[in-house]
Amino acid sequence: MIQIKKLHKSYKMGASSLHVLKGINLTIEEGELVAIMGSSGSGKSTLLNILGMLDNADEGEYLLDKVPIKDLNETKAAKYRNKFLGFVFQSFNLINYKSALENIMLPLYYQGVPRKERQLLAMDYLEKVGLKDWATHLPNELSGGQKQRVAIARAMASRPKVLLADEPTGALDTKTSHEVMDLIQKINEEGKTILVVTHEPDIANMCKRIVQLKDGLIIEDKKIKQVLASAYV
Amino acid sequence: MFSRDRWREIFETISKNKLRTFLSGFTVALGIFIFIILFGLGNGLKNTFQEFFLDDASNAIFLYPGKTSMPYKGFKANRRIEFENEDLEDIKQNFPMFTEYVTPRISRSALTRYKNESNSYTTRGVAPGHQFIEKTLLMKGRYINERDLENKTKVAVIGRMVAKDLFKTEEPIGKYIDIGSTAFKVVGVFQDDGGDREERYIYLPYTTRQLLEKGNDKVDQLIVTFPKEMGHAGAIAFETSLKRYFKDKKSIDPRDPNGIYFQNLTDDLKQSQQFAVVLQLIVSFVGLGTLIAGIIGISNIMVFVVKERTKELGIRKALGATPRSVIQMILQESVFITTISGYLGLFLGIVVLKNIGLKLEDYFIKDPFIDFSTALAATVVLIIFGAVAGYIPAKRASSIKPIVALRDE
Repeated sequence: MIQIKKLHKSYKMGASSLHVLKGINLTIEEGELVAIMGSSGSGKSTLLNILGMLDNADEGEYLLDKVPIKDLNETKAAKYRNKFLGFVFQSFNLINYKSALENIMLPLYYQGVPRKERQLLAMDYLEKVGLKDWATHLPNELSGGQKQRVAIARAMASRPKVLLADEPTGALDTKTSHEVMDLIQKINEEGKTILVVTHEPDIANMCKRIVQLKDGLIIEDKKIKQVLASAYV
Repeated sequence: MFSRDRWREIFETISKNKLRTFLSGFTVALGIFIFIILFGLGNGLKNTFQEFFLDDASNAIFLYPGKTSMPYKGFKANRRIEFENEDLEDIKQNFPMFTEYVTPRISRSALTRYKNESNSYTTRGVAPGHQFIEKTLLMKGRYINERDLENKTKVAVIGRMVAKDLFKTEEPIGKYIDIGSTAFKVVGVFQDDGGDREERYIYLPYTTRQLLEKGNDKVDQLIVTFPKEMGHAGAIAFETSLKRYFKDKKSIDPRDPNGIYFQNLTDDLKQSQQFAVVLQLIVSFVGLGTLIAGIIGISNIMVFVVKERTKELGIRKALGATPRSVIQMILQESVFITTISGYLGLFLGIVVLKNIGLKLEDYFIKDPFIDFSTALAATVVLIIFGAVAGYIPAKRASSIKPIVALRDE
């Protein structure tokens, strides 16, 4: 599903430049649930941003579902993001003046799905994350866990090939974290490829594979036995 | 642009961000409102000016007889010059292309009486053309006509103030008034924009006046009007040839500055027109200034709006919004708000202008108004600049990488 080869990325900081990714090679198959771990500054978020086409790599190859991602202009990147990717952010990034349902409808709006259909689809996803009764609530009327579940529903609504989650539990307490991970695991069980960036080992252990990053390089890449989050819920 | 779905998205955004909508709408509405009020008041000032200075016809030359100061063709200096009825005809015959109306004006002060009311008024013996020179407006009845001149009838056209003084509420038309012990029939009542003083005149046929003065044919003053199309230069040329003609006819030395005095109103007109131009410039400047202030206002609001929405735009982009759709959304929203509020300001401004119009005459502002087309153009300009002002930050926001927009504060 995802193939990257010799990925480099550096940021210019005034006169000096900061080399963040120093040649990453990674292949992720369809249906995998991968945790990308590393301390802060290891380049894990940068990697995720490049995978999510939110940022461009300086060098290297990137194939997403066999499509080479290269020299994208903003319009094309937007279309690919809409078609291939769903994002879940640490700070949820819901639009605060739109209700839970309307937030989920938004990616469908950009896909050109008719309004009636958008509403039905969004309602389905809201039901899947267990928030059907909260459809008309605004984000600031929801708890952190609920917000993240809405964000996950929104990421799923566009039926992406890959779900990218940047510290999805970073702003949540342990119990809610486990609920969110339970949801992510369930979505993965349905066959969705998911990447989770985290620095918490217990969250990483709930994935099926852990990729360890340090100083812009992969230092460890292992398949693990998944811990089911439902055991804690 | 006209997709129903996009409009629905925009209406949602507008109705859920009331403060933002109000701010940008208010700026535009206020800008247009102030523009209309100021521009209208400026026009009112211009009206007052025109009423003050452009009351009488401006295409007229006045001829006053005087005394010669140089001997000429055997005549001694210090000879008194007089106009006669014949001079009227001569002007008409010699300058047919240049004259519209020729009228004498014989001014006499006379005690005038009706029943128990009496007062002293200035009477003017005139020909029918005089009406157009003073821009006399008839309220009732008629003016002096050619038949009056021929038959030397004893008819009078009295000013509004004369009618008020002598007749109070009584109907003056058809009544007889006593002017210097001769009975005249009132055939008309007039008003004049020149003010009360101008409305205290009494107009009589000049031939009747001459008859009363022992049947002479002397005329005090001559007034000649010329077609407006002749312009300033044409008027000066006409005056020069009139001068030459009369100096020759009355045997006055061509170099003699006295003898006959000429007053050409076109000179006054030119001066007052220059003043009007300056006034117009001031009005336009005030209008333009207001408009620019409005444009700056809406630009500021648009920059603020886009800045405030940076994160939202980043989210939208992460969810698959193209830069184009982001720009379109912002523009469509801003144009929609500015159009609605622009027309609201336009409407309010015109309504307020209409209502305050009558109360400001004491402050030298008369009939403040604004052409609808000017007001509309100002509104459109503000809407366009609102869109341009929105486009620049929107374009920038749309090209920011979503990751930058999404970065936690």
